[in-house]
Amino acid sequence: MKPQQSALQVRGLTKRFDRPAVDALDLTVRSGEFYALVGPNGAGKTTTLRMVAGLLRPDAGSVAVFDIDALKDPVAAKQAMAWVSDEPMIYDKLTPLEYLEFVAGLWGIDPAVSRASAHDLLVSLGLEPHCDERCEGFSKGMRQKVALAGALVHDPRLIILDEPLTGLDAVSARHVKGLLGDRVRAGCTVIMTTHILEVAERMADRIGVIAAGRLVAEGTLAELRQQNGRTDTSLEDLFIALVHSEAAAA
Amino acid sequence: MNSTTALTWFARHELRLAWREWLAMMTAGRKGRKRAAIIGLLVFAAVMHLPAYAVIGKFADLQAPLDKPTLIVITSTIFLAWALMLSQAIESVTRVFYARADLDLIMSSPVRLANIFSVRIAAIALSVIAMALLLSTPFVDVLVIGGGVRWFAAFGVVGAIGLSAAAVAIAVTIVLFRLIGPSRTRLVAQILAAIIGAGFVIALQIAAILSYGTLSRFAVLTSDAAAAFAPELESMVWWPARAALGDGEALLCLVAGALMLLGVVMAIFSPRFADTAVSVSAHAAPAPEGSRRAAFRAGSRPQALRWKELLLLRRDPWLVSQTLMQLLYLVPPAVMLWRSFSDSSGAIVLVTPVIVMAAGQLAGGLAWLTISGEDAADLVATAPLPASRVIRAKIEVVLIVIGAIFAPMVLALLFASPLQAMVTALAVAIAAASATAIQLWFRVQAKRSQFRRRQTSSRLATFAEAFSSIGWAATAALTLAVPIAGLITGLMTAAIVAATWKISPQRA
Repeated sequence: MKPQQSALQVRGLTKRFDRPAVDALDLTVRSGEFYALVGPNGAGKTTTLRMVAGLLRPDAGSVAVFDIDALKDPVAAKQAMAWVSDEPMIYDKLTPLEYLEFVAGLWGIDPAVSRASAHDLLVSLGLEPHCDERCEGFSKGMRQKVALAGALVHDPRLIILDEPLTGLDAVSARHVKGLLGDRVRAGCTVIMTTHILEVAERMADRIGVIAAGRLVAEGTLAELRQQNGRTDTSLEDLFIALVHSEAAAA
Repeated sequence: MNSTTALTWFARHELRLAWREWLAMMTAGRKGRKRAAIIGLLVFAAVMHLPAYAVIGKFADLQAPLDKPTLIVITSTIFLAWALMLSQAIESVTRVFYARADLDLIMSSPVRLANIFSVRIAAIALSVIAMALLLSTPFVDVLVIGGGVRWFAAFGVVGAIGLSAAAVAIAVTIVLFRLIGPSRTRLVAQILAAIIGAGFVIALQIAAILSYGTLSRFAVLTSDAAAAFAPELESMVWWPARAALGDGEALLCLVAGALMLLGVVMAIFSPRFADTAVSVSAHAAPAPEGSRRAAFRAGSRPQALRWKELLLLRRDPWLVSQTLMQLLYLVPPAVMLWRSFSDSSGAIVLVTPVIVMAAGQLAGGLAWLTISGEDAADLVATAPLPASRVIRAKIEVVLIVIGAIFAPMVLALLFASPLQAMVTALAVAIAAASATAIQLWFRVQAKRSQFRRRQTSSRLATFAEAFSSIGWAATAALTLAVPIAGLITGLMTAAIVAATWKISPQRA
């Protein structure tokens, strides 16, 4: 049997600011997997993902995206990836449609394909009535949806999302979760950080718990329960127990 | 808290905000720079006494009664100051409507909104006056030292014209809201501010060029024709000039009139201020009709970047007004150029430094917007193209815009003097490249909305950019007049640019 290709392989990833933010982290995410990265504030989740996305240079370690060395050939790695941050960075003076046209152009997508894809995304995210309005008047939730549409318009194989549900109302959050689920079912890999443990519990194939820049536990919810000897507990209880024990060990 | 206490408290809050905004502008928001900013300001004020003495020192002995040409010159100078204050006040009012994040808080508070906004209008007037007093103090000092304490009355004139400028600015802006709606007002108000700020000087320069073939405004103001058109010596038109010279009665009337004007504006417009603010915060600017296209553009990745940058530049109201201001200042040299086709005077050489200077300054602003002012930095950084290609595409946009603006002038110059056209084109290219390079070396990731404060991120870059533009403008002019002097100035300017690179953070 052919071994499943990994979408992301991180080895010994290290980043120091005034203290170690990410400490020799090893992480493997399989292709077609929905992976949730959870951890307390300042645990190193965002720093890790920013290094993977090419936004931050690691002090040490390696990052491979679909077996492409992201540090040696960042352009090829970026072609397969999309990044969505918790603070949607879009252009106030562009309309959602113009924004998607720009993103598709940056990723070199055939205009005929990207136009149709942009239209479908705007419809599915409920942005179609606003597609010719400039983004300057949009709420945070609408801006987040535009940013998400931008991440999906070039049909990436790996989507990295940092707290994508922040600022979204319940209906929009459900839309976004549905959209991400559809992408995973279509073979795309999703890595997402979240503080909403219920979302991780429901959506993720595997969950990684990160604390003090290190991966302290990883697996499916059942595996995490087994590892901690708590067979009938929620992810929230497991998370608190793991983080507390890590803090006590430190 | 009673109503008076609440208003006093709000006035203190507004003044504190204005002070902190100003301080943030001076210190780039960095802690520990407050003392340095204040010392720098005092040194600047002290140094400003020298140019003030050179410009205005000879007028310190002026005594009433004055003749018409002198009254015209003083009144025109006061009117120019008023126009500049009006321009600044329109800009302040627009900023209060669009950029302050506290309107929701204020409007949800249990205080009468008309009163609150009256205080805010007064605060705008005070900030305009404070800035004007700051800039005029060295000039008034020179007059007081040379001509006696009667010149202190000039401070009263500055206050009065500041009050009236703020009143007119508020009335104009709110009327614009009513007439053309919130989305267009922002752009139109910015353009209006630019035209008002530069318009009076430019109109005088054009009149001087057409009548006397010179860029000097005084040629028109002191002419017999101006004296013949001017009103009689007893006219109210001369009150500001008389007040500045120490005529107590004129000063009293001026201040009373300005206060009354501001009072009327407060009474009429304060209740509408809230409605206007609400309509701004609720408004999203729709794209112009026809923007929904059937297909996306085809093209390379750098082309996508260039298209985005050009679109954003076109839609930036602050940039449009800044560019318009630069272009307005090019109108007098353009008129001089046009006039020179039928005139063999050597005055046409003055066109070159003005064009080169404008190109350098505009390129600096454009380069900051495209290189540093990237609102979606993460998106561009995660796109699959090397950082060098991104930077190159952004620089190309700056050069395309500069080329589009200045090429017609250089082409027109070609018909008047091919050599001058060649020197001008070369100097425009070097000035634009130098300003762009400086912005590149000192780039700091920022939001486009911080454009107005771009100079605070690096004072060094600001000064280097200004010196570079001035240097290349002087080099071009001297190359045409005294080539060896042009060579020396060119080498000095190149040395400034090289020194700037040497100490830039990008090199480090």
